[in-house]
Amino acid sequence: MIRLLCVLLTLASPLWAVEPDEILTDPVLEERARDISKGLRCLVCRNENIDSSNAGIAKDLRILVRERLVLGDSNEQVIDYVVDRYGEFVLLKPTFSMKNMIPWLAGPVLLLLGLILAGKFISKPKPVQVAKLTDEEEQRLKDLLDK
Amino acid sequence: MTVELGHFATLLAFFVAILQAVVPLIGAERNQANWMATCVPMAVAQFLLVGFAFAMLTIAFVTSDFSVRLVVANSHSLKPMLYKVAGVWGNHEGSMLLWILILSFYGALVAMFGHNLPDRLKARVLSVQAMIAVAFLGFLIFTSNPFDRLEFPPVDGNDLNPLLQDPGLAFHPPFLYLGYVGLSMSFSFAIAALIEGRVDAAWARWVRPWTLLAWINLTIGIALGSWWAYYELGWGGWWFWDPVENASFMPWLVAAALLHSSIVVEKRDTLKSWTILLAILAFSFSLIGTFIVRSGVITSVHAFANDPERGVFILVILSVAIGGALTLFAFRAREMRSTSAFNLVSRESGLVLNNLLLVVATAVVFCGTIWPLVAEITTGRKLSIGAPFFDMTFTPFMVVIAMVLPIGAILPWKRAQLGRVMQPLWGVLALSVALGALVWTMQTGGRMLAPIGITLAAWVILGVFAELGMRIKLGKTNAAESLRRLRNLPRSDWGKAVAHAGLGLTIFGISMITALEVEDIRVAHIGDRFAVGEYEFLFHGVEKTNGPNYSVDQGHITAFKNDVKVAELFPEKRFYHVQGMPTTEAAIDQSLTRDLYIALGDQQDGGWAVRTYIKPYANWLWIGAIVMALGGMLSLTDRRYRVAATGRKTLNAVPAE
Repeated sequence: MIRLLCVLLTLASPLWAVEPDEILTDPVLEERARDISKGLRCLVCRNENIDSSNAGIAKDLRILVRERLVLGDSNEQVIDYVVDRYGEFVLLKPTFSMKNMIPWLAGPVLLLLGLILAGKFISKPKPVQVAKLTDEEEQRLKDLLDK
Repeated sequence: MTVELGHFATLLAFFVAILQAVVPLIGAERNQANWMATCVPMAVAQFLLVGFAFAMLTIAFVTSDFSVRLVVANSHSLKPMLYKVAGVWGNHEGSMLLWILILSFYGALVAMFGHNLPDRLKARVLSVQAMIAVAFLGFLIFTSNPFDRLEFPPVDGNDLNPLLQDPGLAFHPPFLYLGYVGLSMSFSFAIAALIEGRVDAAWARWVRPWTLLAWINLTIGIALGSWWAYYELGWGGWWFWDPVENASFMPWLVAAALLHSSIVVEKRDTLKSWTILLAILAFSFSLIGTFIVRSGVITSVHAFANDPERGVFILVILSVAIGGALTLFAFRAREMRSTSAFNLVSRESGLVLNNLLLVVATAVVFCGTIWPLVAEITTGRKLSIGAPFFDMTFTPFMVVIAMVLPIGAILPWKRAQLGRVMQPLWGVLALSVALGALVWTMQTGGRMLAPIGITLAAWVILGVFAELGMRIKLGKTNAAESLRRLRNLPRSDWGKAVAHAGLGLTIFGISMITALEVEDIRVAHIGDRFAVGEYEFLFHGVEKTNGPNYSVDQGHITAFKNDVKVAELFPEKRFYHVQGMPTTEAAIDQSLTRDLYIALGDQQDGGWAVRTYIKPYANWLWIGAIVMALGGMLSLTDRRYRVAATGRKTLNAVPAE
């Protein structure tokens, strides 16, 4: 039942995300709030950030982020505050820690590996195989060469 | 009765597919002509049977036959006709039938138009194609039967999800399926080549049109999906790195790599094993994508709600197909030797670099998509990977590809000198950087995204012109000669130019919309006039009306620029009664230079919440994609595919036996 409700809630296209009454008066703080929100996951939605979701918890989180910013937290402190309470799941970008290295390093490592392998393939001398000529073609070749 | 006929047709198709998978393969092994020849009528029969079944299901939807369980779950008598038809594939079972229809369609195409294919190759290709059909028809029949009847038909149905009641639904899935299901043909060709133990220029020439056809459709399908999301979901986002989007994007990237590497096989008889591997990978990603969407393993706005039994079935199909293919590859790939070498600086290396970048980029997207799942299974941690991650890790690859593209496209085969090659391009580089600098000075604020984007886009597009200019020896001979050369350029050269230019246009659209978008959120009261960017908007108020199966709050806003009326916009909030679901329909005024995008929110403080966007050059994103597809179509109709390739001795072929 809860799942159905959540599905309905989130399938409804974002009717409203950031609402006019949430917007902070200080534009710099508001800008920071929007930036941070784009990196935080709406916990009950299917792959949406809190900035563009209309779920209740997304709104709560948006207000929480703004409250912390008004209290003077830096961006990192705000994010840490939210992660402390909701877990890693709320971050849309995994941390750079050792346990998350595979997705982060996959690109550079594979690229390097690929470049090395490609380089080896390109510089390897290749045996050039020539197709054997048929008797007829041999004869033609002789005729042409002897002309 | 029609529904039962449809069901029976799928069963028949299943048996035909089993025969088709076995008989021609044995015929090819034993070199028996009539056994091999059965592949053609069987492939056509399979297509006709599946087509008939699909037609029967469509009739059930169109006539609102509520004795069919699927129709009850997904349709309603008041639904507009377009969505009654599109609703056939707006659900798991129906879309699975569409999937199989397109699979058999490609098989029938090869059967009917593959005259130049040698009999043994054709037999093996259609056999492998049939094996895939057997797997998926089995899946359909045993776990996802669309033809199930209800004992007590209800009076009316549950209606289609309102989000899907949109023209986008009518076209997005069919194109998408024509795309990544079409890659099954490349897969079949690859497996057939492995079984035969031979890859040569002729094989590459035969596999290319099918890959092109699939890629073109996939490009259009993805572009349509992106555009649909843009105007349907919220704030004009056009790509969310949702797992299901990634599932269609990964085959696209690999197919693009495959298209390029098969050129090398065709022209230079090298990179053969790699090309085979790519063909296997392309369809493997399609299968993985199918698994992701339908198994319920990954959370996404897009996924079909499904039970685990189906997920396991697909997983088994996936393992057998991909595992079997890769095992065959491991054993047979060494039989394919290349007969030519090339320098570190050459077009071949350029294409190798292209492939490397595309494939590693795909790997990055793949890792990001499944990492949350893998992490949860292995360590129990729940974590998320979303747009911020992909933007950071994927974009650099695209930037490098764009940077290398004009140079790689102009490099000669086998060996090249970079200095000579760059001669026509220095001017282009200078101009591109200049354009970027111009944009940078014109905009307020020091953000680099727009200038860099413009520079890259200009570099790619102008590089295309530079290459064409070089080909027709512009400036080196007289105008008449250049014109003659221009007219005689092979169509595939035009295809290449147009497709690359399309990529440049897409890069342009993406940079502009990302860097220069303007947003405004406010509460508007009747008569309010507010400025956003260079425009002014006058809010007239909200009116209540009714649509065919929904009720509407319709806003009315007039847009002005320099006090001249530019557009009338009617953003809506709809309520669909049957499913009890609200949706927002944004009002968009489109033009080549910008989109005006307005969404209506809830009532607040005696007014209405209104969200206004100005999205500069947004449409170039999709125009670029269509141009890319157009380039592909030009290549597809190149003379060498239209003229039969029979009678041509291919001296490069070195059979393994």
